[in-house]
Formats: sequence, C-alpha cells, structure tokens
Amino acid sequence: MFENFDALLLARIQFAFTVSFHIIFPAFTIGLASYLAVLNGLWIWTRRQVYLDIFNFWKTIFALSFGMGVVSGIVMSYQFGTNWSVFSDRAGPVIGPLMGYEVLSAFFLEAGFLGIMLFGRQRVGEKLHFFATLMVAIGTLGSAFWILSVNSWMQTPAGFAMNEAGQFVPDDWWAIVFNPSFPYRLLHMVLAAYLTTALVVGAVGAWHLLRNRAREKAGVMFSMAMWMLTIVAPLQIAAGDMHGLNTLEHQPVKVMAMEGHYESHPDGAPLILFGIPNSAEQRIDYAIEIPKLSSLILKHDLNAPLDGLDTIPQELHPPVPIVFWSFRIMVSLGMAMATLGLWSFWSRRKGRLLFNRPLQRMALLMGPAGFVAVLAGWITTEVGRQPYTVYGHMLTADSVSPISAPAVGASLIAFIVVYFAIFGAGTFYILRLMGRLREEDLQDDIKEAPIRTAGITPGPPNPHRHEEMLRGN
Amino acid sequence: MEIDLPFIWAGIIAFAVLAYVIMDGFDLGVGILFPFFPEKHERDVMMNSIAPVWDGNETWLVLGGGGLLAVFPLAYATILPALYAPITIMLLALIFRGVAFEYRWRTKRAEHLWDMSFIAGSTAAAFAQGVALGALVQGIPVANRAYAGGWWDWLTPFSLLTGVALVIGYALLGATWLVMKTTGGIAIKARRIALRTTVATIVMMGLVSLWTPFLDPLYLERWFGWPNILFSGLVPLGVAGCFFLLMRGLFRRRDVLPFLSALGLFVLGFIGIGISFYPYIVPTSVTIHEAAAPDESLIFLLVGALFLVPMILAYTAYAYWVFRGKMNPDEGYH
Ligand code: HDD
Ligand code: HEM
Ligand code: HEM
Repeated sequence: MFENFDALLLARIQFAFTVSFHIIFPAFTIGLASYLAVLNGLWIWTRRQVYLDIFNFWKTIFALSFGMGVVSGIVMSYQFGTNWSVFSDRAGPVIGPLMGYEVLSAFFLEAGFLGIMLFGRQRVGEKLHFFATLMVAIGTLGSAFWILSVNSWMQTPAGFAMNEAGQFVPDDWWAIVFNPSFPYRLLHMVLAAYLTTALVVGAVGAWHLLRNRAREKAGVMFSMAMWMLTIVAPLQIAAGDMHGLNTLEHQPVKVMAMEGHYESHPDGAPLILFGIPNSAEQRIDYAIEIPKLSSLILKHDLNAPLDGLDTIPQELHPPVPIVFWSFRIMVSLGMAMATLGLWSFWSRRKGRLLFNRPLQRMALLMGPAGFVAVLAGWITTEVGRQPYTVYGHMLTADSVSPISAPAVGASLIAFIVVYFAIFGAGTFYILRLMGRLREEDLQDDIKEAPIRTAGITPGPPNPHRHEEMLRGN
Repeated sequence: MEIDLPFIWAGIIAFAVLAYVIMDGFDLGVGILFPFFPEKHERDVMMNSIAPVWDGNETWLVLGGGGLLAVFPLAYATILPALYAPITIMLLALIFRGVAFEYRWRTKRAEHLWDMSFIAGSTAAAFAQGVALGALVQGIPVANRAYAGGWWDWLTPFSLLTGVALVIGYALLGATWLVMKTTGGIAIKARRIALRTTVATIVMMGLVSLWTPFLDPLYLERWFGWPNILFSGLVPLGVAGCFFLLMRGLFRRRDVLPFLSALGLFVLGFIGIGISFYPYIVPTSVTIHEAAAPDESLIFLLVGALFLVPMILAYTAYAYWVFRGKMNPDEGYH
C-alpha cells in the first residue's frame, strides 16, 4: 500500500490533518481559560453563587478540552522532526529557540497550575486558587504568542542569515520574534479564540434559555457571551482588514489568490464576491464582482493598479481555489458574528435579551462558527503561502524528511482513525456536559461518577476534591 | 576559559529527559499496574494520585523534543526519522492514556473502555520509549545531514529488550509511588508488586548493561578501558546501594524511601547511558558539537532557561507539595 503515493503529499496531508485537529482545542481553551479567570474573579469579588456555579460548569469542560489540546499538541512538536526533518535541521536554529521559550514560559505554567486549578481550591484557599486560574490563562496566551511568532516568521521571515550548512541562523532576535506579520497574526488569532469561546458559551446559554431551564445561570452566560461578541466581532473585522493590508505588502501572491485575481488590473481591480476559480484557464468563472472595490479596499484608491497572478510564474502559484473559498468562508462568518453581536446589543437595549427567541436560535446556530472560521483562516494563511515553508526561501518540497511513502501513509491512517475515535468521544462527552446545567442534571452526573459525590470534609490532607466540580466550593 | 555552550546544553537536555523519565515514569507506571488492581475504587484512588501532576510531567517530554530542535537541530532531524515508528506509536499511545484522565469520569457505561485505553496507552508508550532508547544506543547512521538507515533498523532483539526493561522499570516507579501515596489494601498490594519489580528491574539493568558494551567497540572501551573502569565501576556500586535501600524501605514500612531509591536506580541508569554516549549525541555518527546550533541560538535560549527552569522547578515542587501526603482511602466513598 502507498508505494505509488508521493511521500511529500502524504506528509502534507498528515501535517494539515493533525494541526487542524490541534488548533480546534487551543481556539477554545485560550478563550475559555480567560473566561474562567474572569468568572473566578467575579465570584471572589461579588460572592454571587451564580458565578461560582458557572465557573464549575465550564471548568469540567475546560479540563476535557485542555487534555485533548495537550495530547494533540505533543504530536505536533514531534512531527516537525519525523516528517519535516530537513526543515527542522535548516530552520531549527531560528524557530527552535522560540518554541523552546514557548515550553519554558507557557506550557509549564499552564501544566503546573492546571492541577491546582482543577483540584486544589480547598487545599490552597480562594486567593491562591484564583492565582492558579490566572496563571493557566496567561500560559495559554503566552503559548499563542510564541507559536504564532514561529508561524509568522515562516510567513514573513526576517532577522536571519544563512550559514555554510544551509541553515537559517539568527542575526537579530528582536526582528525574528517581532517579524512583520506577527503583531497582526497574534491580534487576529487571540481575538479569534475569544470569539470562538464566546460563540460556544453563547450557544450553550441560548440552548438552556430556549428550553427554559436553569435560567439564571444560562442568562448570565448568554449575556456575557453576547457582550463579548458585540465588542470583539467588529474589532476582529478591523484587525482582519489590517492583517490583509500587511499581507499585501509582504505576501502579495497570497492576496492575489484570496481575491481571485488571476489577471492584472492596471486601472482599478474589482472585488470578486463569488465565482468559481478555474485554475486550468486561469480565470474566475461566473464571477459576481463590484468594479474597482478591491483597489479601494487594498490601496484606498479606486483606480490604483493591482498585479495579478499572471505576473508570477505558474509553479509559484498557491492552489487558488482553496484559498479563494476558505477566505470567503472566514469573512462571511466574521460578518455573521458581527451581525449577531449587533442584534444582541439592540435586543439588550430593549431589555429583551433573555426573551428574544429568534436571537437565541441564531446564537445556537452560530455555536460552531468560530471553529469553522479559525480553520478557514488558517487554511487561507497556510495554503496561501505555498509552495514555500519559509516564504521566499525554502520550498515545501525541499522541507520533507527522506521518509518512504508507506511509512507516512501508515502513520497518517493511524492518526486519522485514532483522532476521529478519541476526539469524537471527547466531543460527545463535552456536548453531554453542556446539556447538564440544572441541579437535577448534576444529580444524574453524580450517579455517573461516584467519586465526585464525596462529602465535604474540609482541611488537608484531603486529596483532589473532585466533588468541588459539582458542589462548587 | 571558553564556555562550552553545546556541552552546557547537552547537560540541560539530559536533565529534561531524565526529569521526564522519572516523572512521567511513575505515572505511566501507575497505568501499567492498573490490571493488577481490578476494583473500581482502587483505580479511582490510583488515578487521582496522579491526576493533578501528569500534565506537568509530560511537559518535560515537550521540553526534551523542543529543546533538541532548538539547540541540536541536526540531532532532532536525524533521530526522529530514524525512530519514526516507535515515536509515532508513543505519540498515539500518549493520546489514549492522556484523554483517559478526563474521559473516565465522564461515563459509567464506557468506563472500562477508558480503563483499557489507560492501560494499553501507558504500557505501549513505555515500551515504545524503551525501544527508541535501545535503537538510539545501537547507533543511528547519518549521511549528508540526514538519516541514512532503513525503516526497520530500530527493531532488534536489543531494542525489544530495552522496551521490556523500561516497562518493568516504570512499573517499579509506579508501585513505589503507590506505596508512598496510598494506604490499606492498595499499599499492601503495591508493596508486593514493588518487591518483584525491583528484582526484575535489577535483572533487566544487568542484562542491558552486559549487552551494551558489545554493541560498539566505543562502549566497550568506555566501560572497561583503564582508567575508565574506576569511574564506571561506581555505577554498579550505586545500583547495589539503591537496591539495599529500596528493600529496606519496603520491609521496614518506610514508605517514601522505596520511591526515592527507585528514582536513584533510574538516575544511575541514566548516568550509565551518558557515560556510553559522550561525546556523541547521535551515537555514533554526530557529536554534541557537530549537532549544535549556532552560538546565537544557544545563548538566546540559555538566558531564558537559566531564569525559567529554576522557576519551573519551584512551582512544580509547590504543586506536588499542595497534593502531598497519603491519599484518603475513603475518598469517593461517602
Ligand atoms: C494560537 C495558539 C496555538 C497554535 C497555533 C498552536 N498551539 Fe499548540 N497549544 C496551544 C496553542 C497553540 C495551547 C493553548 O497552549 C494548548 C492548547 C490546549 C492546551 O492544552 O494548550 C496547546 C498545546 C500544545 C502542546 C502540549 C503542551 C503541554 O504539554 O501542555 C504542544 C506540544 C503544542 N501545543 C505544540 C504545538 C505546535 C508544534 C504547533 C504548530 C504546528 C501548535 N502547537 C499550534
Ligand atoms: C494551528 C493552526 C494551523 C493550521 C490549521 C495550519 C494548517 C496548515 C495546512 C492546511 C497546511 C497545508 C498547506 C498545504 O500543504 O497546501 C499547513 C502547512 C504547514 N504548516 Fe501550518 N497550520 C497551522 C499552524 C502552523 C504553525 C503554528 C506552524 C509552525 C510552527 C505551521 C507550519 C506548517 C508547515 C511547516 C507546513 C508545511 C507543510 C505542508 O505544506 O503541509 N503551521 N498548515
Ligand atoms: C470578517 C473579516 C475578516 C477579515 C477581513 C479577515 C482577514 C484575514 C486575512 C487577510 C488572513 C490571512 C492573513 C495571512 O495569511 O497573511 C486571515 C487569517 C486568519 N483569520 Fe481572518 N479575517 C476575518 C475574520 C475572521 C474571523 C471571524 C475569524 C475567527 C473567528 C478569523 C480567523 C482567522 C485565523 C485563525 C487566521 C489564520 C491566522 C492568521 O494569519 O492570523 N478571521 N484573516
């Protein structure tokens, strides 16, 4: 099996598959960790039981997602070596230390305080427990900082030189870490994570509100999530716009693919809303376009000339249809999120937020939208930079390990089977937990997991009080 | 005196790997021992004894891998393709056991399934790590900055032996951990298992040590050449000492001592491997200096490491301290 396959293609599929699965978890846990820290803070500050209840509700879900994020992430950090060894050898001196900092400053922080956050409230007291929750949240953000710096460096490399062995060697660390696309990517991704979490929390709140259950908790969740959307979705659109302008400056070919500009437009390029990219003929079929709008958006001038893919040798084109579509999916979802945010704001002003059923139905429907937008965004970014791994300097085809197709093929199949089975089960458990917000549902849960029913016997030495998850203290 | 950065880094990476082996070692070991504790409440207590710390333990594995990429990219780029299959198996196995920590509490119907997943994942991960270690000791051919061997080179009788040896060794760590953390029936059973696995571990260490020198003339010279033998002879002496303390702890019911002595055995085994390897990082093809990244990379990360590693050790110690002492055996049975 696989003898006739191309090892490079299989390695790419494997990377795309495993990283796409992985990013689903960070996109949720980064936002959720911050949300938990806020809830914990609100509880200590106001002493309103509802905050503690919501904290405990999401804490369990966080623990599940975080676990999945960790195990899928460990795969990523080894895959650079197994499948992209040439890339690792050559780019390692630059990206390796950044990932090293990620481990030292972020992963250890998350992992070190996670246990205390999940099991330790009674052992360490409220204040230290809050501190641990904060550390976990900061850890996830730190992790995003470093890994996005790595990825941005691969998109817009800076601050390096080459040595005799053909390795990228660091020359200016500041320029490497804060490379041209990094600030935009970091902002865009962190906002994306917050939006993703807000949409999930909002959908869960909406679901219970629609069923008229646990209205107090569901209402607080829903309201908090809608505030987040109202504020952050427009910010995200602005951030995305700046990101795009930056990409135009550093990776113009990617923008040509996103926009579907096969041809150059010397006097003002149209904005192609929809259409079917036809790579063979190098044109967009059935295009619906608004004349000159693309030039206006990208150059702030109706008649500014824009180069198209016809100015670039074909072998350096990224796969246009993928980039074209994934970009449109992301942007449409971004618009939909902003719409939801504005609608909820309007409804709130009228005092109907918790009773507006159509709004709640839309929030429920949009629950998964963050994940889809995040994946679409990453696909735009990553496929759009092909055929390079280090943009302009190292081809993907030159990055792959000297491994044989059967080896990659076998591991690819194993990853696909295991990921769908394991993470499928995890998703099922998470969805089930999300449905249990009422007190009587919690009683059901107790029957399921007896250890968590342990009575409250305060004071050490009393190991992990799983029961806190339900009892909330 | 010139500061030898690659050498310092080799020490830090070695420390990270050792930290990983002993810390994840005991929690993998608890998983390996699950089959001997069929009762649900025993398993609940066992799993709870490691639940707050397993993620931190596994992070050392990420530091080992990520650190290698950062400071010895050539080693990272040749060792991992050479060990493609065992590494992939290890990663998959770690998924199976990692998710069990949470999934197991989320279902009653499928609880046994996740117990199985925990057992199989822990055992397979330990075995794959042992095989990988054995394959590394055997040596990895490198040409033109790339792995130059075949796809099945890692699979030999020696690497299978090291695989089994590591499973047994981790089981010992797990058993002594349980002796330290639990009371009652679990502790009694764990003590019995600890006795047997101690003996088995010593036998395995002996076998591997006797075999290693004959894999490569370099190792032979390293261990038995004069005057090296004066130093290398200290390792077996230390092993004998740890063995004595371990037994004493088990028989005299000094419940922390066996765990510490088992850690001692691992440290000594690790030193033994270090003696064999030096100055290679990919035996016997690439030396520490050849694999090292440029000094700019080494210094940049070293600054952070010197500051952050002590902090990490401090808050890791704190996390262990928070959950110190014996587990309450009745927990979960109110
Ligand atoms: C924007 C954020 C982001 C992105 C793009 C990535 N990750 Fe990630 N990763 C995280 C954000 C994150 C996180 C939030 O820190 C996680 C997710 C859930 C978790 O447990 O920590 C994590 C976990 C995680 C872990 C486990 C850490 C531990 O032991 O605690 C590893 C080894 C990696 N990741 C490695 C990678 C690699 C090699 C990536 C690139 C291909 C990558 N991640 C993309
Ligand atoms: C986490 C979100 C990410 C997603 C969803 C993602 C997605 C993808 C996809 C779909 C490809 C395949 C492109 C193609 O082959 O046409 C790819 C390639 C690649 N990505 Fe990413 N990526 C992510 C983050 C990263 C990060 C953070 C890094 C670096 C640290 C990275 C490094 C690479 C490399 C080396 C390739 C080249 C291999 C290949 O072409 O398949 N990616 N990624
Ligand atoms: C609606 C307006 C939006 C615009 C104009 C926009 C613009 C962009 C652009 C131009 C890129 C590619 C940058 C590059 O590769 O250099 C990108 C990537 C990305 N987008 Fe968006 N985006 C929008 C909405 C969203 C939303 C709503 C989400 C998720 C909730 C999102 C998530 C992402 C992610 C995860 C990436 C990949 C990482 C990165 O390059 O930052 N985007 N976006």
